[in-house]
Amino acid sequence: MKPEFKSRIAGLAAAALVALAPTASAKEVVKIAFLAPLTGSVSADGIGGRNSAELAVKIHNADPKSKYEFQLVTLDDECKPSTGVQVATKASADPSIMTVIGSYCSAATIAMVPVFIRFQVPVVVWAAVLPAITYGQKTKNINRVSATLINQNRVAAEFMVKNQHYKRWAALYDTTDYGKAMLHYFEQFLKEQGGTMLGTFGVPPDQQDVTAELTKIKELNPEVIYFGGLTPLGVRVLKQMDQLGIKAQFQGTSGMVGPSFIEGVGPKLAEGVLAMYDQKPVEELPGGKFFMDEYAKAKYNEPPAAYGPYAYSATTLVMDTIEKTGPDREKINTALRQTKDYQAIVGKITFDDHGQNVNPTTTKYIVQDGKFIDWDKSEYATGKRKLKGH
Amino acid sequence: MDIGFLAQFVLSGVMLGVVYAMVAVGFTLYFGVLDVINFSHADVLTAGAFLSLATYLGLTAAGVQMPFAVLALMLVAGLAGMAALGMVIAKFFVLPLRHAPPFITLLMTLMLGTAMREAIRLFYPSGSNPQSFPKLLPKTAYHWGNLLVREDTLILIATGIAVIALVSIFINRTRLGLAIRAVAQDGETARIMGIHFEWIVLLVFALGSALAAIAGVMNGLYYNEVSFSTGLRLGIIGFCAAVVGGLGNMYGAILGGFLFALLQTVAVVAMPAFSAYKDVFAFTAIILLMVIKPTGLIGEATSERV
Repeated sequence: MKPEFKSRIAGLAAAALVALAPTASAKEVVKIAFLAPLTGSVSADGIGGRNSAELAVKIHNADPKSKYEFQLVTLDDECKPSTGVQVATKASADPSIMTVIGSYCSAATIAMVPVFIRFQVPVVVWAAVLPAITYGQKTKNINRVSATLINQNRVAAEFMVKNQHYKRWAALYDTTDYGKAMLHYFEQFLKEQGGTMLGTFGVPPDQQDVTAELTKIKELNPEVIYFGGLTPLGVRVLKQMDQLGIKAQFQGTSGMVGPSFIEGVGPKLAEGVLAMYDQKPVEELPGGKFFMDEYAKAKYNEPPAAYGPYAYSATTLVMDTIEKTGPDREKINTALRQTKDYQAIVGKITFDDHGQNVNPTTTKYIVQDGKFIDWDKSEYATGKRKLKGH
Repeated sequence: MDIGFLAQFVLSGVMLGVVYAMVAVGFTLYFGVLDVINFSHADVLTAGAFLSLATYLGLTAAGVQMPFAVLALMLVAGLAGMAALGMVIAKFFVLPLRHAPPFITLLMTLMLGTAMREAIRLFYPSGSNPQSFPKLLPKTAYHWGNLLVREDTLILIATGIAVIALVSIFINRTRLGLAIRAVAQDGETARIMGIHFEWIVLLVFALGSALAAIAGVMNGLYYNEVSFSTGLRLGIIGFCAAVVGGLGNMYGAILGGFLFALLQTVAVVAMPAFSAYKDVFAFTAIILLMVIKPTGLIGEATSERV
């Protein structure tokens, strides 16, 4: 009995400490949840986003003029629809959580949507790009600062056909909602532009061997391989393309932009890889320099990754909105939807009637010397270096 | 179809098949001697790959530079570690349940495998993320028309085939192998003949687990990636291969492994538009085969088991 008694005492002491803690700060504490894949193969993006959101909270809390002190509750959705539903339910069902910011993976986020609607919890999506997340239903609580994947595919098709004069494509995509939607819109815009899709190959995102699909693609002899998927599969595809000696140009999508793709394949193989992403390079963003300086000061071990600035912007938008409305879900929902020309570090945020930010700008990225850089500023644009087949 | 592409498909199919066959042989060995299905087999494969990876990281941190010495040590560590683990599994989790209904053993190994998988995920540093496996084999490529062959692929295929051949020779040509076959055929009689039953079972588990470790390292070297769930998919496929080949028959397992790789490849080649459904196709074909021939392709029709 003795040890049990001891632990009870310890428990009481801990409870007392917890109870005392809030009184140390004079401000009212407001909780917001941040959902991201913190483990699993795309965790680099999730952790970069979480760090950025944490940074936003830290900076906000340090401001003496703010009314509330925010507390970020981070939850891991593992990029899986099933886990996503669990953590979305956990966050939504907790009445002390005022807003949910999440998530990164489209496949997981679209699975959370019904949960969010049921609880009418205010939501700001920070990275997922599947159109249906905002446009698939009419609800007043789901908003998104990141883009839909429609525009990047429109820009991609136009650029590759009109500007780069490519004619023949083959596609490899992951069979989640994300990859399927990517392919769907790209095929649609490619057809409008007059390009030809020779064949499309769907693979589950965790499939390790894509050599059979790639050999078939090699046989079709396309000029460009369109890839619709996330970093881990993209790394495997490019590595195995190299193993099979496929010379086609690799054209990726927003889900693989970032340092972990280049780390995965190595800078040599990554050279000349194209991808579209709905954000200008960080240094060109209105608050880009501020963000990078603060991020460096906070000394995180991991880079902010591609969507870090969006995570930061989503978090500041949520906190600034709650500062105005107070911690009341209903009021937050109304106020968030009315967001217009909100000045965030990624630029101005304006939500349309579906809560979709109308402002993101698609930028063409190319890997040059081991870094994703703006196409317009690359040596590829000037003609000094050339894409495959040119 | 162009002969070069055909050869390319065959090559990637063979590479897949070798790994599947190695996993399947393990399943069939256990079933042969003890009539048990060891579902922790695939997670032993993962553990072997991770142990080798840890050895690599350790050696690199210690400043060892020679790739072949490193590779040899990685294999030794993986092999020895998994052989020992296999014996532990046999001694403490399988043998004590020998007189229990078979599904108890099945359940036991299934839970054991899950526990091992989760342990790797939780205790290996950032084990939830796929780990990059070192490239230690030469990657020089040779072209013949549309066929492209890399040295690493050839080395891995040759290694896999050699390992399977060695196991086969060991079982069919040596005295120990004879003892294994004797136990497989009739454990009680073998015991009367003076064969140490428990030792043989331990030996078979060590052998099967060492095979899994080699398969795990090969898989890692080929794809340059391992994750805690690597074994899960390979395990399901390997088990199917063993069953469809005829559980307990080693040649059946090899045949099953290559058959599965063939089905997956054919699905992509024949129906490119439906490549997303290649596993559906492969597993459906396996189901059909099992309905037609429930004892497996090389089943009980031949009396030899193992």
